[in-house]
Amino acid sequence: MSNNWRWETFFEAMPIVLKGLGITIGLTFACFGFALIFGFVWTFIRRIPFSPIRWFVTWVMEFIRSTPPLVQLFFVYYALPMVPVIGVTLDPFTCAVLGIGIHYSTYIGEIYRSGIDSVDKGQWEASTALNFSTLDKWKKIILPQALPPTIPMLGNYFIIMFKEVPLASTIGVGGIMFMANSYGALNFAYLEPLTIVGIIFLLLSYPSSILINKLEVKLNTRFDKNALIGKSPKKRFFLSKNLEGSDRIV
Amino acid sequence: MTEIEKINKSTEPIVKYQNVTKSYGDFHVLKGINLDIHPGEKIAVIGPSGSGKTTIIRMLMTLEEPTSGDIIVNGTNLWKMEKSGSMIRANEKHLREVRGDIGMVFQHFNLFPHMTILENCMSAPIHVKKENKDEVRERSVQMLGRVGLGDKLDFYPSQLSGGQKQRVAMARALVMRPKIMLFDEVTSALDPELVGEVLEVIRDIAQNDDMAMVLVTHEMDFALDIADKVLFLDQGVIAEQGTASEVLEHSTNERLQNFLRRFRKV
Repeated sequence: MSNNWRWETFFEAMPIVLKGLGITIGLTFACFGFALIFGFVWTFIRRIPFSPIRWFVTWVMEFIRSTPPLVQLFFVYYALPMVPVIGVTLDPFTCAVLGIGIHYSTYIGEIYRSGIDSVDKGQWEASTALNFSTLDKWKKIILPQALPPTIPMLGNYFIIMFKEVPLASTIGVGGIMFMANSYGALNFAYLEPLTIVGIIFLLLSYPSSILINKLEVKLNTRFDKNALIGKSPKKRFFLSKNLEGSDRIV
Repeated sequence: MTEIEKINKSTEPIVKYQNVTKSYGDFHVLKGINLDIHPGEKIAVIGPSGSGKTTIIRMLMTLEEPTSGDIIVNGTNLWKMEKSGSMIRANEKHLREVRGDIGMVFQHFNLFPHMTILENCMSAPIHVKKENKDEVRERSVQMLGRVGLGDKLDFYPSQLSGGQKQRVAMARALVMRPKIMLFDEVTSALDPELVGEVLEVIRDIAQNDDMAMVLVTHEMDFALDIADKVLFLDQGVIAEQGTASEVLEHSTNERLQNFLRRFRKV
């Protein structure tokens, strides 16, 4: 391996690495979309009154969260095809969406839950008193209040997930990490392509996190004004802690 | 024959409580309530805190399930339904069908914060009763005008005072045209200077609308003024009932006397 930084290599590797950018970004959105939808599945299954189901699903979520995404990714890609009956062979991109998406859906389900829990009990009672159907209660009353405050946190997870997407290179999804790796292996030069990968991530994540912080401030003022009326300051504090309880803030 | 009995003879009750009890574990909140509510009747429920006043109307609104006993609404059992010959616990569909004639106003207003006050009033008639939008808008505007908020249609609840919020909550319930309106300590969460405006609206409803009303209240003089019937609830039972003047002025029940004395002193 060459010891020195070489600009020729840098400029030669640049277009090759950038070829993977579309896939990296596409995969991030695909994983995130999957996690957003699947998060709802977790949230609603956990609300089923039948306790064995609730217990089982809580346990599954805990299991998924306590195992590394890389292991899950390998499992979906290498091990799933060997499982009898349900075993299927999927292309790497689909595997990555499933593996990373399911892992993050458990966190996102938890965010939804905290948002739903933060809606005042009186809102449920008022919608019962007005005889809303169960579906309309969710659609018109509860979710419109529960979801907006979760947007900043979902944004944080979007960025975290973006930074984890290079994991997919390990199963051969051709994102920027995969391209940099391939270039490195082929030319025996890793320094420049991997630096490029770092720069690309920095250039994309940092502005996004600033955007999300701005969004958070904006939503907080709107939410304060409209949503949390009639709550004592103490409860309000507890609530915001509950909502912003994620320690994985960008 | 007392005045109450005259009213009661003339109509079928719209709601009947038959030996209704409610317990939370070992704590028996209600120990057997029997009560008829007749169409158009205005009932005030008074009593010390913890006596189960609120629980009575919350069970009728299907927010809490009785531990035993039956509540009959318009001849239909509210909390039980028939299935293959036997009575089982009512499901949501059954509850929805039976509670359609009941409306409620809450202590803490419970307005929908993400909707303007006009949308608060319009949402249920449109989505629940599937009524025509223009017709509902007209009725809502008229109702909000009636409670004195005709100039604030596009305001959000957070921009209103407590008294105004409570008046919106009443308009929202009235737009659904209930046959029974339940008021759960609707002035208790208000600053004292805002109580009057809310009572004024209730008085207006009581005098001009023919729906039945059940008010859980601490406003004794107000209850005396508008109620056909006053119930004194104590230790989980209806300890005294009659016309407002019978209960509030001429009762010999000692606990009621003590309760009223405490109130009038304040």
